Amino acid sequence: MPLLAFDKVGVSYGKAEAVRGVSLAVETGQIVTVIGPNGAGKTSLLTAAIGLLPSSGRITFAGENVTRLETERRVEMGLSLVPEQRELFTDMSVYDNLLLGAFVRRGDKAGIRRDMGEIFDRFPRLAERRRQLAGTLSGGERQMLALGRALMTKPKLLMLDEPSLGLAPLIIREIFVIIASLRELGVSILLVEQNAKAALETADFGHVMETGEINHSGPAGELINDPRLISTYLGGNEGE
Amino acid sequence: MTSDIAAFLTIDGIATGAIYVLIALGIVLIFTVTRVIFVPFGDIAAFTALSLAALEMKQLPGTVGLVAVLAVLATLVETASLLRTGKARQVPRALLFYLVLPMIPVALVWIAAGGDIPLPLRIILALALILPIAPLLDRLVFRPIADGTVLLLLTVSVALHFALVGLGLLFFGPEGVRTEALTDAVWIVGGIPIAGQSILIVVAAIVFSGLLFAFFGFTLAGKSLHATAVNRTGARLMGIRPERTGTIAYLLGSLLAGVSGILIAPVNTMFYDSGFLLGLKAFVGAIIGGLVSFPVTAIGSLCVGILESFAAFQSSAFKEVIVFSILIPVLLWRSYTSAHREEDIDE
Amino acid sequence: MSPRITQLAIAVAVLLLATAPLYVAPFTVTLLDYIGIYALVALGIVLLTGIGGMVSFGQSAFMGVAAYSTAWATALMGFSPWLGLLLALVLTGALAAVLGAVTLRLNGHFLSLSTIAWGLAIYFTFGNVEGLGNFNGITNVPPITIGATPLLGSDQIYFLIWGILLVALLLAHNLLGSRIGRAMRSLRGGKAMVESLGVDAFRVKLVTFVIAALLATLAGWLYAHMSRFVSPAPFDVTKGIEFLMMAMVGGSGHLLGAVVGAALITVLKNAVQDYLPLIAPASAGQLEIVAFSLLFILFLQYARDGIVPFVAGLLPEPKRRLPETAEPLARRAQPARGTPLLSAEACTRRFGGLIAVNDVSFELKSGEILGLIGPNGAGKSTMFNLLTGALPVSEGRITFAGADITRTAQRRIARAGIARTFQHVKLRPKMSLIDNVLLGTHTRTHSGFLSGALRLDRAEERRARHEALVQLRRVGLGDQPYELAGNLPLGNQRILEIARALAADPILLVLDEPAAGLRRQEKLALAELLRALRTEGLTILIVEHDMEFVMNLVDRIVVMEFGSKLVQGDPASVRADARVQEAYLGGVA
Repeated sequence: MPLLAFDKVGVSYGKAEAVRGVSLAVETGQIVTVIGPNGAGKTSLLTAAIGLLPSSGRITFAGENVTRLETERRVEMGLSLVPEQRELFTDMSVYDNLLLGAFVRRGDKAGIRRDMGEIFDRFPRLAERRRQLAGTLSGGERQMLALGRALMTKPKLLMLDEPSLGLAPLIIREIFVIIASLRELGVSILLVEQNAKAALETADFGHVMETGEINHSGPAGELINDPRLISTYLGGNEGE
Repeated sequence: MTSDIAAFLTIDGIATGAIYVLIALGIVLIFTVTRVIFVPFGDIAAFTALSLAALEMKQLPGTVGLVAVLAVLATLVETASLLRTGKARQVPRALLFYLVLPMIPVALVWIAAGGDIPLPLRIILALALILPIAPLLDRLVFRPIADGTVLLLLTVSVALHFALVGLGLLFFGPEGVRTEALTDAVWIVGGIPIAGQSILIVVAAIVFSGLLFAFFGFTLAGKSLHATAVNRTGARLMGIRPERTGTIAYLLGSLLAGVSGILIAPVNTMFYDSGFLLGLKAFVGAIIGGLVSFPVTAIGSLCVGILESFAAFQSSAFKEVIVFSILIPVLLWRSYTSAHREEDIDE
Repeated sequence: MSPRITQLAIAVAVLLLATAPLYVAPFTVTLLDYIGIYALVALGIVLLTGIGGMVSFGQSAFMGVAAYSTAWATALMGFSPWLGLLLALVLTGALAAVLGAVTLRLNGHFLSLSTIAWGLAIYFTFGNVEGLGNFNGITNVPPITIGATPLLGSDQIYFLIWGILLVALLLAHNLLGSRIGRAMRSLRGGKAMVESLGVDAFRVKLVTFVIAALLATLAGWLYAHMSRFVSPAPFDVTKGIEFLMMAMVGGSGHLLGAVVGAALITVLKNAVQDYLPLIAPASAGQLEIVAFSLLFILFLQYARDGIVPFVAGLLPEPKRRLPETAEPLARRAQPARGTPLLSAEACTRRFGGLIAVNDVSFELKSGEILGLIGPNGAGKSTMFNLLTGALPVSEGRITFAGADITRTAQRRIARAGIARTFQHVKLRPKMSLIDNVLLGTHTRTHSGFLSGALRLDRAEERRARHEALVQLRRVGLGDQPYELAGNLPLGNQRILEIARALAADPILLVLDEPAAGLRRQEKLALAELLRALRTEGLTILIVEHDMEFVMNLVDRIVVMEFGSKLVQGDPASVRADARVQEAYLGGVA
């Protein structure tokens, strides 16, 4: 049984549909990516998955229908989203941001201390800046903090919305190495990216989304060489 | 005006301002966490004073009835909404939070009222009795429109204030009260008499502001409040429920307002409707702080108190007019210093 | 419902009102007098709150200033009530202008909070001024005289009250259907949109605020001379929220909501005053406040829109005719093709420690389509905001059509000929397609408040409506001009924004992701449209992620990455550039 499954999920803003009849699944231990151009509905899909937007259809997580559950409950169940806008607590310290990440397991003092140590090992730059306010961090450090904060919730499944957004190539590389390394923690990942190459090299399986629907899907290794991909991004006629 | 009078007025003003500081901090706290501009905080302060006075006169405070009614209503509304959304499992928890907990102080006061209660216990009872009011009102009044605009929330908040004033008269009656002084010590410093009560007020303001600061700085609950205020979506993604942090904010704000009510009751005669002016002057302080900054709010509230003290000396009839008039330069300053941030007021 | 039936219904209603004193009891006439007076105040709140999105709790204070002005002038100084009216209008207008000037640049809730405070301040002032009778007020206010007839009885002043109200309603109705009325209705869309249309949002807000105060002034004047007595009590803050309640219960988005709300609340209050003492003799007055406040809260929780929209929803759709053909609005001369039009020189924009745009320079020539592309977060939208004046540059210089616009206000840049669309669509969802497009003609038309209210703007308005329909047809949305904008799919909402921008007759069209959310056929049609516009000499700057769309359309491309300019050139060379491929597909190998 998949860990997270979308079954004919739709998302609308008033009468305007942003996502139409999307079905896809993430198995435990898998990294699945959804790629596609801006305005394709990728962010709406993740926002609905975490419950910040209402959706039609059915979303199941860890065997339970979560379509109508509130966001906070989904987080408690082990679903976590790193949103496109990061949504950090900008005028609080790096340390406090991470501490609040562990809000859902606030009784577990020892566990929190241990995981905090692990996060600082994984992101040495955050350790150096633990007293600094999150709002003063650079773009890459913010993304690392957002990732670290999400990891502190101890998620079973982590959803990442455009983790490469606005970052320099070297930093993107660093971020994707980290994402790939999360596999060893046993975290499953649903990754939304427009940096198709990086995403497909990291993922097991990919879906290409356009104007609210999934156009084609396949194992990441096959998709990456699919001529349709380059035309989706840079235009031209190779795929037609 | 001699310098002695000026010094006296300043000290008097600082004491008055310290009262406004407590209420204003509560206003800013609630606004940043819930976006509600909670106009009835002044009423909460007045009701605390009236409750304390009733206990002092060995009567049952009207607050008992008010809290009981609100608790029953909130329980009904919450239970109905839980049943409607198929969350019957959470009903016992709702009963505990909305019925049992608020009724504990009600029961205690019911039992103790009429007897000889020592002053510290009276204060604790009055405070305990007042605490549930704002969170219950939050559940009844603001929770159903939590997604509304700041302006809608404000309109409701103003309407709520008028409802509370009316209820205040029903539950407390029209008589003004003044409670027993907490201390009657007077010190003469440099020829100027300083009342112990004034010192007490200032010390209380400092202590409670300090406690608020410590709560934000050192406890996870405080940090989750701060986080909700900074970024609501971010907080929800961490599993922090804004409704719960809202409740904590209302409790804290009520505590601050309650303390200010207790401090002012021996100095000023309090009526069921005294809260409005008290609250509005605190608002002037909060507006100076832009409804976001705690330190600037505190300084602003002190300035309001000092201004009021001098205004009362110059022309007691126009003291309110003068105090509210400083809003104009304050807003002018705000509108030219604030970067053009705006909240989209779309439907 | 045809316009004829509407007109008939209005005629019957006016007739019934005009003859009311003949067939209703004197007491009811008095009640109707109060309703008329309160409806005037509520009408101001409809314009202010329902239309303009500002909330005032202080309208009763304006009413009070007016009542006291006229009472002072007539009862104490012995002038005519008409002079009293003049004094009241001048005083209240000036007061509103000052208070508005201070608060209207701030977030809405600062205005609202300060209305409570100055409402109280004015109340205490009345109560404490010896010359105004302290809290006892001023008695012996004379009645209004028309010709030689003093309006003594409630059935005499009735005609004056309702006459004024009907005229005010008519003028307000005209105003809302005019150029300025549309600007007022657009205020709720937020400053970014309003200013991008060349509207001076602050000025429109200020004038709306003053108009609302003047309506309250009329009410205060009538009130003083009807009750022949003024005291502070009827003008306190409780009254202020009662007026707000009238407007919102009636339906603050509709002019008639003011009348319906005033009538309902006044009648209800009257009934409550009759019956509450029977239930609770001792504390009826306070119970009344509690009951009304609670009703108001419940109302705001469950029926925010009010009664009139609810009833209107039950009535059949009104049929509306298409705008008739009219002489087109004057167009501006486009600059000669190929001349430099816009240049950005070393533009930088910082947000705190983040540099969103870093030392970017490029030039735009008249008559070309330039594509600005780059991965998400490259700073393209920030660049757009810098060019259109929505954000100030931290460093650098921007010139447009020979003028330095680096520090120019957004609305002036819009007037100079730059029209834009937004990445996150900014339309007025509850206004029709044609009204949204009409907003675009704001800079090309000139009618002000007065000409709008007096319908002196009809010739210009016909031309503007014709223009709007032409632009709607041009982008392919001309079928249903009266459909609400919010009912369009997202993609078409973007297209509607283009029509609005075109209605401004721009020199430069700035499009932020126009093709996002469009289907293939729609994209092809859009590209066709943009090409046609280029042929007509329009210059276009476009940010777009759909590369196929961009590559086949534009003349030149500027690629941005991490806030800086990466490369520029023609589509083929950019497409072949290794750096661009790496930027897009990612170079994480």
